[in-house]
Amino acid sequence: MPIPAPPTNVRVVTFQIDGRDYSAREDETIIEVARENGIPIPSLCYLEGLSTWGACRLCLVELAGSPRLVAACATQVAEGLQIYTDTPRLQRYRRTILELLFAERNHVCSVCVSNGHCELQALAQRYGLDHVRVPYRHVAYEVDASHEMFRVDHNRCILCTRCVRVCDEVEGAHTWDVMGRGSDCRVITDMNRPWGASDTCTSCGKCVQVCPTGALVKQGTSVGEMTKDLHFLPYITRRRHNR
Amino acid sequence: MHLDDMFERAEEYRAESAGVEHEVRVCMAASCQSSGAQPVFAALSEGGQGDACRVKAVGCMGLCSAGPLVAVAEVAAPNEAPVLYRDVRAADAPDILASVGRQPVERLRCPTDQPFFTRQQRIVLANAGIIDPDSFKGYVAAGGYFALIQALTEMTPAEVVQEVTKSGLRGRGGGGYPTGLKWSTVAKMPPGQKYVICNADEGDPGAFMDRAVLESDPHRILEGMAIAAYAVGANKGYVYVRAEYPLAVERIATAIRKAKRAGFMGNRIAETQFSFDVEIRLGAGAFVCGEETALMASIEGLRGQPRPRPPYPAQAGLWGYPTLINNVETYANIAPIIREGGDWFADIGTERSKGTKVFALAGTIRNTGLIEVPMGTTLRDIIEVIGGGIPGGKAFKAVQTGGPSGGCLPAAMLDIPVDYDSLRELGTIMGSGGMIIMDETSSMVDVARYFMEFCMSESCGKCVPCRAGTLQMHGLLDKIAKARGSAQDLALLEELCDMVQATSLCGLGQTAPNPVLSTLRYFREEYEERLAAAQV
Amino acid sequence: MALQQTKPAPPDADKRWKLVNAAMRRNGYAGHALIEALHAVQDAFGYLDETSLRFVAESLDLPPSKVYGVATFYHLFTLKPKGRHACVVCTGTACYIKGAGGLIEGVEQGFGVVPGETTPDDRLSVLTARCVGACGLAPAVVLDGAVLGKQTPDALVAELNRLE
Repeated sequence: MPIPAPPTNVRVVTFQIDGRDYSAREDETIIEVARENGIPIPSLCYLEGLSTWGACRLCLVELAGSPRLVAACATQVAEGLQIYTDTPRLQRYRRTILELLFAERNHVCSVCVSNGHCELQALAQRYGLDHVRVPYRHVAYEVDASHEMFRVDHNRCILCTRCVRVCDEVEGAHTWDVMGRGSDCRVITDMNRPWGASDTCTSCGKCVQVCPTGALVKQGTSVGEMTKDLHFLPYITRRRHNR
Repeated sequence: MHLDDMFERAEEYRAESAGVEHEVRVCMAASCQSSGAQPVFAALSEGGQGDACRVKAVGCMGLCSAGPLVAVAEVAAPNEAPVLYRDVRAADAPDILASVGRQPVERLRCPTDQPFFTRQQRIVLANAGIIDPDSFKGYVAAGGYFALIQALTEMTPAEVVQEVTKSGLRGRGGGGYPTGLKWSTVAKMPPGQKYVICNADEGDPGAFMDRAVLESDPHRILEGMAIAAYAVGANKGYVYVRAEYPLAVERIATAIRKAKRAGFMGNRIAETQFSFDVEIRLGAGAFVCGEETALMASIEGLRGQPRPRPPYPAQAGLWGYPTLINNVETYANIAPIIREGGDWFADIGTERSKGTKVFALAGTIRNTGLIEVPMGTTLRDIIEVIGGGIPGGKAFKAVQTGGPSGGCLPAAMLDIPVDYDSLRELGTIMGSGGMIIMDETSSMVDVARYFMEFCMSESCGKCVPCRAGTLQMHGLLDKIAKARGSAQDLALLEELCDMVQATSLCGLGQTAPNPVLSTLRYFREEYEERLAAAQV
Repeated sequence: MALQQTKPAPPDADKRWKLVNAAMRRNGYAGHALIEALHAVQDAFGYLDETSLRFVAESLDLPPSKVYGVATFYHLFTLKPKGRHACVVCTGTACYIKGAGGLIEGVEQGFGVVPGETTPDDRLSVLTARCVGACGLAPAVVLDGAVLGKQTPDALVAELNRLE
């Protein structure tokens, strides 16, 4: 006779995404399940391996029977859920959110080092964003090139805080944070001092790799040359977990 | 300690003032102090303190616009309305003192038979303007801390939750979430570290109810929090209060100190097994910190930015522990509910909104100040009868409720009874209870722009729809208000309203479009006039 | 390995650091008491500068960027020294309806400063607040901590002219 299975705390649930059946552990979020199964829910702040921020609102999805939208990155799956990830309503909202992001800073793809390798640009293309209906703010932001290896261009920052989180949670330095409030928010290093003068920065470059746009880049790159490499993040997360 | 001991204590405290026949009460809440109550109090104390007459600093009497207010009350007749004086100056002190027990000073008199006073029903404000907020004994003599002792010695935590559930009380901070349900969720979480928080970050412009309660009757809040802590199994509490309210901070700090000294706060309260400690945490000027997850972030010493819910604070709140958050007025209702019973409370108000509500009347209205009326009182009664209507022969145009999350209602809606659900159906919310009355000279487009400017500069900057959306909506409103807008601008504004409402992370963003949507619903012609003016 | 950090010495001999230290000690030098500590610095010195922020960061063992982020999030904290007198114009709804805009314009005309600015002679800082809760006295201003109700531009300017 086999030994009785030990009691388990983890339950598996079944649910639907866009009309197809899936199953997952109940502690998984909608976006995790979707990414595992190749369902493209857009997001700019969510990144596997970092804590959930829930701020870009691009990953909002609809649940059958509920007028409220939920963030796929912050919502766990549950038995019987019917999730819709790409309705006309969601597409409309996503396009508007992307317009707001473009108008908020000075995003000009044709002169950006990340042209062609930018997550914001890719989403804009996917949602058919051919023009921006709201006026650009046209506030000139500085470019800090004081660091010998990297550069931060606030004109291209979307305040996703991936750099803040990777620096704090993975590298453990907490060089980055956000200052100010509302539209005046800006990412900073240490006491809002030039990056090159930072006492806490280890120059590991993780922030550059996780940045979805051309805001954080390597020095010496030219238009379209800055590609990002995210493979280290799941790798480190797994190593940490195994310990 | 048992209830009998409490009765004895209260009797003792009352005996200390035996022989006092008259009390001269001077309102020393912030508003009257601003109008010059301090010199009045000094002058009255100097000339009037005697065995048969006592001059006493008290909290808010309600009619703030007529301050400084002074009331002369006959101690033997607590049910009779005291003689009330308005706009009192220090020079009036001798006349007032000479009149005690004789004919009132007619030239200073403020009639108390007007609806502003007679139409109110005071539960939350029962002690306001009567007891000395800094006096522990005064609170106990008025029946204070009886409910706590009753809960601790005669009720189980589950029974306390049941009583609150039975009362039908709903959160007074704005959302109207059933208080009993919130309590039972926290109570049902496994035993361990839990927290109780009092949200005293009254941020809605035009709302000053919580301030008045904190300044007039701070022990009542502590008592409500202690009962809540007992009910849900917490032993640590925080009062998160705006730094803009220094007097309220001082009074609640004094109350905590005195309650501790008397054994009603701290270890083994009133010789029972229950321990509860309260600390004050100051805000630092961020409206968004009224949102519960942002408030908790602020207590943790972080930027006051909300986080996605669920998990709700009841499950994972302060530092991840189960946390009960209620606002000031909600806690103020607890002691009376325990003392008088949930059924008593449930008899007051409407079908789905029980009890009374404190409203702050401001704007162009004759009687500016605080009132407490049963839920279900009509807007017309509140504004025209109790508030005395619009001064200066102007016509009423709109009433704004719910602050930046609420909306504007026109004259045609004045006959609706005010409760959580009726207001929501009309496109506004009860909010914390601020009511701004506007006359015909106010432009609704300007009002909408004012609130959008507020939301834009109070947006924490975390989520994109609120951070960038309120900015663009404000830009469009400004353009329309300045008669430079087009029909496309208005259409885009409406589209953004829908998007920001549906996609924002927290309540601030989700409700930021409300002032625009409600003015568009009831005053659309004003927007169209501005558009037409642009084409000329 | 010794990870325990010693508490840093105050930046200078100024006695006011004792008040700041007392506030931090009261909270056991816990990181979550950051806002309390910043209040203590601002109460003692009138504003927050890089020296005091660094001192607080080191004392509470918090990253500098986090301390700066918190200090700039809350509108009550100021990183610039204020003038000798502070005039806070309430811009809450009731005050707005009753003419807070006129008060701001009056002060601007009278002293040439807009909210957030200080006069060149350091005499007066003008600020705005989101409702000081004195709606019954609208429009209201808070001058050096005292609420002045039912103001008019002329009365306010006259009052400000009387300041030292």
